[in-house]
Amino acid sequence: MNQEEIINKIATCVEFGKVNKAAPYPPAMKGEDGADEYTKHALEMGVKPIDILNDALISAMDRVGEKFSQKKIFVPQMLISAKAMGAAMEHLKPFFSSGEVKRKGKFIIGTVAGDLHDIGKNLVAMIVEGAGWEVIDLGVDVKSAKFIQAINDNPGAIVGLSALLTTTMESMKNIVADIKRDCPGVKLVIGGAPVSEDFKNEIGADAYSPDPQKAVVLLNSMVA
Amino acid sequence: MRKSIAEKIAEGQVLISDGAWGTFLQNMGLQPGECPESWNLKHPEKILSIAQSYIDAGSDMVETNSFGGNAFKLVHYGLDKQVHEINKAAAEISRRAAGSEKHVLGSIGPTGKMLVMGDVTYKELCGAFKAQAIALAEGGADALVIETMSDIEEARAAVTAAADNTSCEIICTMTFEKSPEGEFFTMMGVTPSDMVATMVDAGASIIGANCGNGMENMIGIAKEIRAANPDIPLLIHANAGAPVFKDGETRFLETPEQMAALISNLLDAGANIIGGCCGTTPEHIREIFNTIHK
Ligand code: B12
Ligand SMILES: [Zn+2]
Repeated sequence: MNQEEIINKIATCVEFGKVNKAAPYPPAMKGEDGADEYTKHALEMGVKPIDILNDALISAMDRVGEKFSQKKIFVPQMLISAKAMGAAMEHLKPFFSSGEVKRKGKFIIGTVAGDLHDIGKNLVAMIVEGAGWEVIDLGVDVKSAKFIQAINDNPGAIVGLSALLTTTMESMKNIVADIKRDCPGVKLVIGGAPVSEDFKNEIGADAYSPDPQKAVVLLNSMVA
Repeated sequence: MRKSIAEKIAEGQVLISDGAWGTFLQNMGLQPGECPESWNLKHPEKILSIAQSYIDAGSDMVETNSFGGNAFKLVHYGLDKQVHEINKAAAEISRRAAGSEKHVLGSIGPTGKMLVMGDVTYKELCGAFKAQAIALAEGGADALVIETMSDIEEARAAVTAAADNTSCEIICTMTFEKSPEGEFFTMMGVTPSDMVATMVDAGASIIGANCGNGMENMIGIAKEIRAANPDIPLLIHANAGAPVFKDGETRFLETPEQMAALISNLLDAGANIIGGCCGTTPEHIREIFNTIHK
C-alpha cells in the first residue's frame, strides 16, 4: 500500500464507521482492519500525522456531515464515524504532545448547562486537538463555575462553548456574561447548530464558527 | 364503565387530546435547569390548573406531567429514588381534572441514553420504563403515551414494559423530521412505516406522531402511517408551527385558527385523535374542538 491508498483506507473507515478490526460494524467490513489499525500502519510507513488528519480524518468527517444534513445517514452512523475518528486520533495524539507538531495553545471546551448534546462538541475538540492545540474537555451540562474554575487553572486558554437547543442558548448567554465578569480578557468562541454570528454579537462572545475547520483558523489567528 | 379510547374510535368518534405541557410550565415560571416533574410534588395546584384548562377547552383526554419521569432523567436532579412518588402524583393530579369519564394518558418520554453507544442496556431501559408505567397506572392513568421517541429499540422497550406490567391502553408516538427529499425519518433513521409494525407487535394499540412538526408536515406523516396500517387508531400531536428564537425565548407562533384550518386534511389523512405539542395552548385545543364539533 502506498501513502495515498492507506489514507483512502483510513478515510473509508471513518466515513463508514469501521472503528477497529474487532468491531462488528459495518457488517460489510467485518473482519477487516479499521481506522485504528490502518492509522497505526500508516504512521509506521512514515505517513505524516498532519496528512492523516487533514486528508483522511477531516475530509471523511466532512462527507459524514454532508450526508447527515441530507438525511442519507442518521445519528447512529454519525456517532460511529466519530468513534472511528477518535480511534485514529489516539495514534496521532503523541505526535501533537511530543512537539513534533508544536502546541499552539490551550482550548477549553464544553456544552453549556442544561444541554447534553456532545457529538458536535466532541468533533470540534478532536479537530482542534489535531490542529495542535491542547484541549481540555469539560463535557456536557457545564455550568459557569466549572468553566471559570478551568480558566483559572489554565491561564491564557481560549474557551469554546457549544449549545444545540434554543432553550440552552439562554444558558450560553448567562455563562458568557459570568465568564466576562469574573475573567475579563478571556476569549470566548461559540458554536452549535442554532447559534449564529448575530447571536454572538448579541451576547458579547468574541467569535462564532459554524464548523471545526473555521474554528481552527479562528483560534490560530487569536494567538498569532 | 368508561369505554376505551380504541373502542370509541372503532365507533367512528374523532377524539381530542390536550396541548403542550413543557412550554406551558415555562410560561408558569419553570426555570431553565429546574425539574418539570418536581412540580407534581412542589406545586400540585399549578399542575392541576394546566390539566383542568385542557379539560375545560374540550379535551377528551389529558396527559400527565411525567414526560421526563424516568430514573435516567430524574437522576440529574437527584430525584431518581422518587420515581414512584412523582409519577403517581402526576397521574393523580390529571385524574382529578379528568374525572371518571375522560382519559388520563400517562406520559413517558425518552431516557436520553443511547443503546447504540452502549450507554445503557435494553434490560435497564425496560426496568426504568416499567417502574414509571406502574406508578402512572397506580395514580389513575387508563392509558400510557410513550412519546417523542426517536430510537425504535428504546420505544420498543417502553411499549413492552408498559404493556406487560399494566392494563393500560398503550399509545406510542415518535418524532419525525422531513428530509430535503421530503421523506420523514426520526433522527435515528426510523420511518413512520417502520414504526407501525414494530410498535403494534410490541403491544401498542394506538400509534402516532408528536412534536418536531406543525400540522402541515403531520398530514404527510399521518398518510404514511395510514398507508402502512389501515386500521390502527392514529394520534397526532402537532407543534404550533416551527420554533422561532427571539429575545432569549423560544416561541411557536402558529395561531389556533391556523392550526384548526388544517384539521379536515389531517382527518382525511387518517388521524383519529388530534391534540397539540410544543407551543399549543388551551386556546388551540378549544379551536380544534370547535372545528371538529361544529
Ligand atoms: C443527536 C441528537 C440528540 C441526542 C444527543 C446525543 C449526544 N450524545 O450528543 C439525544 C438523543 C440525547 C438528544 C436529546 C435531545 N434533543 Co436532540 N438532537 C440530536 C440531533 C439529531 C443531532 C445533533 C448533532 O449531533 N448533530 C451533528 C453535529 C456534528 O452537529 P452540531 O452539533 O451542530 O455541531 C457542529 C457545529 O454546530 C459546530 N459546533 C458545535 N459545537 C460547537 C462549539 C464550538 C465552540 C464551535 C466553534 C463549533 C461548534 O461544529 C460541529 C461539527 O460541524 C439534532 C437534530 C439534527 N438533525 O441536527 C437534535 C436536536 C438538536 N435535538 C432537539 C431536541 C428538542 C432534543 C431533546 C429536548 C428531545 C427531548 N424532547 O427529549 C433532548 C434534549 C436533551 C438535552 N437536555 O440536551 C432539537 C432541538 C430543537 C431546538 N431548536 O431547540 C433538534 C434540533 C431536533 C429537532 N429537530 O427537534 N438529541
Ligand atoms: Zn413538542
